[in-house]
Amino acid sequence: MEVSAEAKRIMVVALGKLYSSRTQRGGLRLHRSLLLTLVMKSARDIYHEAQVQTESVVNECQQPPPTQQSVTQGTTEASRVDLLGPALLTHENPLMLSVGDKEEEKQERAGAQNKENQCPNGSAQQSRKRRGREAAEPDFLPCKKAKLEQGNCLHQLTVTPVLMDYMKCSSELAAHPSPTMTLHRAVAAC
Amino acid sequence: MGEDTDTTPALNHRGFLPDHNYVTEADIISTVEFNHTGELLATGDKGGRVVIFQREPESKTEPFAQGEYNVYSTFQSHEPEFDYLKSLEIEEKINKIRWLPQQNAAHFLLSTNDKTIKLWKVSERDKRPEGYNLKDEEGRIKDISTVTSLQVPVLKPMDLMVEVSPRRVFANAHTYHVNSISVNSDYETYMSADDLRINLWHLDITDRSFNIVDIKPTNMEDLTEVITAAEFHPHHCNLFVYSSSKGTLRLCDMREAALCDKHSKLFEEPEDPSARSFFSEIISSVSDVKFSHSGRYLLTRDYLTAKVWDLNMESKPLETYQVHDYLRSKLCSLYENDCIFDKFECAWNGTDSVIMTGAYNNFFRMFDRNTKRDVTLEASRESSKPRAVLKPRRVCAAGGKRRKDDISVDSLDFTKKILHTAWHPTENIIAIAATNNLYIFQDKLNNEMH
Repeated sequence: MEVSAEAKRIMVVALGKLYSSRTQRGGLRLHRSLLLTLVMKSARDIYHEAQVQTESVVNECQQPPPTQQSVTQGTTEASRVDLLGPALLTHENPLMLSVGDKEEEKQERAGAQNKENQCPNGSAQQSRKRRGREAAEPDFLPCKKAKLEQGNCLHQLTVTPVLMDYMKCSSELAAHPSPTMTLHRAVAAC
Repeated sequence: MGEDTDTTPALNHRGFLPDHNYVTEADIISTVEFNHTGELLATGDKGGRVVIFQREPESKTEPFAQGEYNVYSTFQSHEPEFDYLKSLEIEEKINKIRWLPQQNAAHFLLSTNDKTIKLWKVSERDKRPEGYNLKDEEGRIKDISTVTSLQVPVLKPMDLMVEVSPRRVFANAHTYHVNSISVNSDYETYMSADDLRINLWHLDITDRSFNIVDIKPTNMEDLTEVITAAEFHPHHCNLFVYSSSKGTLRLCDMREAALCDKHSKLFEEPEDPSARSFFSEIISSVSDVKFSHSGRYLLTRDYLTAKVWDLNMESKPLETYQVHDYLRSKLCSLYENDCIFDKFECAWNGTDSVIMTGAYNNFFRMFDRNTKRDVTLEASRESSKPRAVLKPRRVCAAGGKRRKDDISVDSLDFTKKILHTAWHPTENIIAIAATNNLYIFQDKLNNEMH
């Protein structure tokens, strides 16, 4: 679907920019990093919505759901999409980004805590757990099990190393309680 | 708003006519500012240099040469530094220059890079003492036995020399990158703003400053907005405004509390849900905010528009001007080539009747608030021969009706951006920084403000 492809592309570009901003002269620009994180969050939300829509279309292939139309109509213009309500989302894994800003004595992360998608009990510990089925694990997260991909495999391989690299880099710098957790939480768009 | 303008030949940043096409990154102009009388114009560049231009006084013999700006002084304001504790290089790029109002023969200006603000004194020397008793003309100490009589040294005229010396260095007060400085109308204090904090300084005291705004969240993961620009009110020394990356403006009153985290007024335009896109947050970030000379209005610039706000109305701007709306459908490409992060500045004319801001392809735009007319002009060597009249330009949307001399959106050069512009405080003279070139345009026919 065009919307989700667009969203993925935007996320990849944002990650690339965040990654390269580390080596920029003058240090990390907080404003720019924040804007990139917001764009990525936007794109991720839209991607998820689009995924949910695809699934509901697959489930009810006879009856085109009304929301599907509003998504496709948004694709006529390059970057305009209709954002659907956050109620549709059940996936609440926060996007943890270690921007690795060394300008503070403590490590800081310009990450986006996806508040609107947090589970009702709201505690940080619990929200980091996967919710299993309900979460409808997106296909672009690095897969733990051997899985037959329909031709996406190669594509995924080229992008994820960059992303892994980025996450490793940031987790080295971050005083992160569980770097491996972060790695899996990262959005690997391809 | 006259269209007849007289142009001084395009000077490159240091006043020399350029004879090569490549651009040295250090020469890229990063800030432009007239002083309070408009007699002096200062520019700062990425290499940490400041160049001051002075307007030639009117001459009866050569009336057409009157009012041209020539190089007055050049000095290195900031050098690259290395923060060894954080392993960070601190760029020497001059982010902002602000002049102090003139109080004696010397001129003072503040210049800042990402971390350090400096106060510079610019003074003229046109006399030197001669006839010392203990030194000879070259400065060598005389042999006492050769001195037979005493003389009083006298001041003799000499060629004008402009001396610049650093008077104060305000350092170590900002963890994040300084984006604005603003001198208070009390002429004693000034503020400096970085991404998350604003500090108040006394011009004479360098070892401490007061933090007046702090929007840093306890948990950096909760960060949702940063400060993008800040300015003091031109008349009320207790009021200042700061803009945020979310597109809001906050007016703060220093009388209310020591820490002005709580705003007095919040200027915010509700978002148009139909215009929502991936890039809504980026394009709504305010890149510059300026009080009008009257102090009644605020001018803000975000990526696609310039807005005039009335201090008495917080709910929405008074006027919205589309600077380059034809870019709205190109946001994705502008995001990929980084142009969407460009920070354009804006300016008022002396009577607050016209606003000006830059765009791409070396275009800059002026909007007349009263007549609602607007014009697009180009700052380029080809179109700016001395005494030439600037021709208005037009950008036609892709697929739109095209007239002769129109430029289509797809042929715009996005590497030629006009981020920094300044308007003379009283006359119709504007300074436009186009990458490493400075253009000064004067409206000879309509030089009186109206």
